[in-house]
Amino acid sequence: MSGSGEVIGAALILIGAVFSLISAIGNVRLPDVYTRSHAASKSSTLGVLCALLGTLLYFLISDGYFSIRLILGIFFVFLTAPVAAHMICRSAYRHHVPLAEGTVQDELKDYYMENENMELDSEDQIDVTEIESKPLATD
Amino acid sequence: MKQNDVILQSVTRVAVVIILTFSIYLFMNGHHHPGGGFIGGLSTAAAIVLLYLSFGIEKVRENIRMDFKKLAAIGVLIAVGTGMTAVVFGKPFLTQAFDYFNLPIFGETELASALIFDTGVALAVIGTAVNIILSISEDR
Repeated sequence: MSGSGEVIGAALILIGAVFSLISAIGNVRLPDVYTRSHAASKSSTLGVLCALLGTLLYFLISDGYFSIRLILGIFFVFLTAPVAAHMICRSAYRHHVPLAEGTVQDELKDYYMENENMELDSEDQIDVTEIESKPLATD
Repeated sequence: MKQNDVILQSVTRVAVVIILTFSIYLFMNGHHHPGGGFIGGLSTAAAIVLLYLSFGIEKVRENIRMDFKKLAAIGVLIAVGTGMTAVVFGKPFLTQAFDYFNLPIFGETELASALIFDTGVALAVIGTAVNIILSISEDR
């Protein structure tokens, strides 16, 4: 009976690791903050959930031990990781982080200019090239 | 500028319940499993700091009417008091005792005086951590 537990647990943990790898590749390859947060939040959440579920099923089948902490961890990650991505994206938008090059539509912009009453002057705009070309401060 | 924090606040309401439950679990488990007063107190303080972050300091202060400086002092007093109780009974300072009792719901349970010491540690940790965060966040 312990063989099937190992197979199911290992398969789920492998799926979780593959999803985490896809998420890391997406973080490197995608152009701006918003698409990167899309990759980082969705697929790494699913990867962590698969790994935790594999661990839970492994201990449940092979040892007969039902870990309530793993259930709690699954629920907690599922609850909080998307909210963290939402808050990061929102604060990035409020600090005028530019969208990617090929963006054709920004539906939030009209609402944002109307309701939040923030002036989008060019001084406030974060210039990515300027940050990258600036030398590091040395003592 | 009025901010719209509905998502953060409603998730915080659920998450704080989970964090507080888990910190009580850690606190009660400390005798036989990983956990104990320090980590239980720290995770309780983390839940309180999460409340401060999402609801603002003034609103939380209206609802949790607790002086965290006094809470830290009470914790240290409880911890020293359990040590002094052993002295009263003629044993060395901080001697522990444990026994088995038949409680109505739990059945036969091991109750140790180390739990009271841990309560003192947890209260001191909660009071100190929250007090540090609060005094950093105020501009005075």
